[in-house]
Amino acid sequence: MNKLSWFNTVSLTLGFAFLYIPMIILIIFSFNESKLVTVWAGFSTKWYGELVQNEAFLDAAWVTLRVAVFSSTLATILGTAAAYVLVRGGRFFGRTLFSGMIYAPLVMPEVITGLSLLLLFIGIGLDRGILTIVLAHTTFSMCFVSVVVSSRLVTFDQSLEEAALDLGCSSAQAFRLVTLPIIAPAVVSGWLLAFTLSLDDLVIASFTSGPSATTLPIKIFSAVRLGVSPEINALSTLMIAVVTVGVITASLVTKRAMMRQKQDEQAAARTE
Amino acid sequence: MNSDVFAPWEDPQAKPLIQFQNVTKRFGAFTAIDDLSLDIYEQEFFALLGPSGCGKTTMMRMLAGFETPTAGHILLGGQDIDPIPPNKRAVNMMFQSYALFPHLSIWDNIAFGLRRDKMSKRDLEERVEEMLRLTRLEQFARRKPHQISGGQRQRVALARSLAKAPKLLLLDEPLGALDKKLRQDTQFELMDIQEKTGTTFVIVTHDQEEAMTVASRVAVMDQGKLMQVATPDRIYETPNSVYVADFIGDVNIIEGRATAQGDESYQIDWAEGQPPLTATSATALSKGQSCHVAIRPEKVAISAERPTDAINAIQGKVHDIAYLGNLSTYHVELPNGTIIKAQTANTRRISRRSFTWEDPVWLSWTATAAVLLEN
Repeated sequence: MNKLSWFNTVSLTLGFAFLYIPMIILIIFSFNESKLVTVWAGFSTKWYGELVQNEAFLDAAWVTLRVAVFSSTLATILGTAAAYVLVRGGRFFGRTLFSGMIYAPLVMPEVITGLSLLLLFIGIGLDRGILTIVLAHTTFSMCFVSVVVSSRLVTFDQSLEEAALDLGCSSAQAFRLVTLPIIAPAVVSGWLLAFTLSLDDLVIASFTSGPSATTLPIKIFSAVRLGVSPEINALSTLMIAVVTVGVITASLVTKRAMMRQKQDEQAAARTE
Repeated sequence: MNSDVFAPWEDPQAKPLIQFQNVTKRFGAFTAIDDLSLDIYEQEFFALLGPSGCGKTTMMRMLAGFETPTAGHILLGGQDIDPIPPNKRAVNMMFQSYALFPHLSIWDNIAFGLRRDKMSKRDLEERVEEMLRLTRLEQFARRKPHQISGGQRQRVALARSLAKAPKLLLLDEPLGALDKKLRQDTQFELMDIQEKTGTTFVIVTHDQEEAMTVASRVAVMDQGKLMQVATPDRIYETPNSVYVADFIGDVNIIEGRATAQGDESYQIDWAEGQPPLTATSATALSKGQSCHVAIRPEKVAISAERPTDAINAIQGKVHDIAYLGNLSTYHVELPNGTIIKAQTANTRRISRRSFTWEDPVWLSWTATAAVLLEN
């Protein structure tokens, strides 16, 4: 291990402090005994206990979870299909326009996306609730899935699909039996991305949610306007924990699969 | 195998398995295949040989069904296959990249095509085992493609494409990814398997040695056209053009003017102040017609004194020597600056070399050693 110079040490410390101090403070105060957020009065987990009994929060969490699962699944299906056509469809009329348009929502201000969706739902007379949030989240997260999946498809050896056709598959079978299993990791990470985006979206959800359905970010935001409570801290800490565990697990799994593949390839090369 | 030579292309009664009838293929403004007609017969090991971009891969992809001809027809067993999609053709292909399915085991890779055929489980298992035996892969059946070596992957690709017992097997640069030694062994293995299964093989390659080794007939292609279609020895010994002579193996080309000298024999004047050369040609050349004398380096003898009985003899001096172990190639410079290559076999171990740089030497060859080619 190299020893870091003092300059690098300071840079590293400052950078990470900037990134993580706010979150660390939040986590520490979620275990605060006192009801006052800024005054430390000893360690306690009572806010976690109260959280579990808070019906409003639990309802919102349940809504958020359902919205995230449905919208990310729908976005994954649509986004994968779009990516497949744009990468594999050859040079059909308007391809450049379409591939440009699919990325536009990435840079579109969320306020505008939310507003236009709200106008649409009012226009067609759709009551705002879980369904409208799911549709809205699908709309904006689909292009993220499409970006992830198409970057995988670009490097995908097309002769694999041709081999499947050559061996008697129809195009649909070739996609189901060969393409999909091979690009599955990209599809899964696209789904996870869409899931996280849906989970923490506040702007679009607040445009498209109705009185019957409130998501967790909206709930937290409106609760905070009445003052930050230790309960919110506890809730946020739980969300951080879930995300951290997920990210670490995902990276460990990928890393182990890669290492195993490398070992296998080296072993195979030795037997040549 | 009976003692008859396998040569259905010389039998007017023989029915070709594949017929290209005036096939043209264009990609936009680019013509990949230009009004090409070709017959390939059953049980042939047919090689399409040419530089990259000559259209050989397009020919193969049209046979597989991934491309359709812009004009003309391709017939398989007398039936027009243009409207038949790749998954309905009795044709299988072995891809250059092998295209093994990385998520399936070797066993499942080979079974993949058979599963599409609604084959009974027992027949399927039997067929896969048979293919594994044929390609000596039994012990690797449960492994994934990335867990085996390049040579083994090549055999898996072959087994998978042969499993459905196609009428025609297409091989796209099948040995391109292997190193030289393994490639040579695999060439003989391919010929062996082709003979055992009796399948018609069409191989695409840019490696002339590979084409010569494995093929019953070779088609030399250039810019979407067939330059010559013949057996390997005829391609080598009687090329029909300077292009073919130059593409296959090493050759010396001397330009000159022909004068008839009796039956199929011609005198070629090729340089001022040099004695004319003598060569034979089956095709008639008019007096004074410009032509090329093509002669292989191994047919040129090199000596210190002028051989007394040589019909063709030219003097020059040694410009360069390439020692290849089994052979030595001498580059001899003629007075007019032309370089002629002469090859000798090093039949004796550690023999003293007879010639060295700048030595004056005589090159000689017989009247029938060279091929006369029209412009």
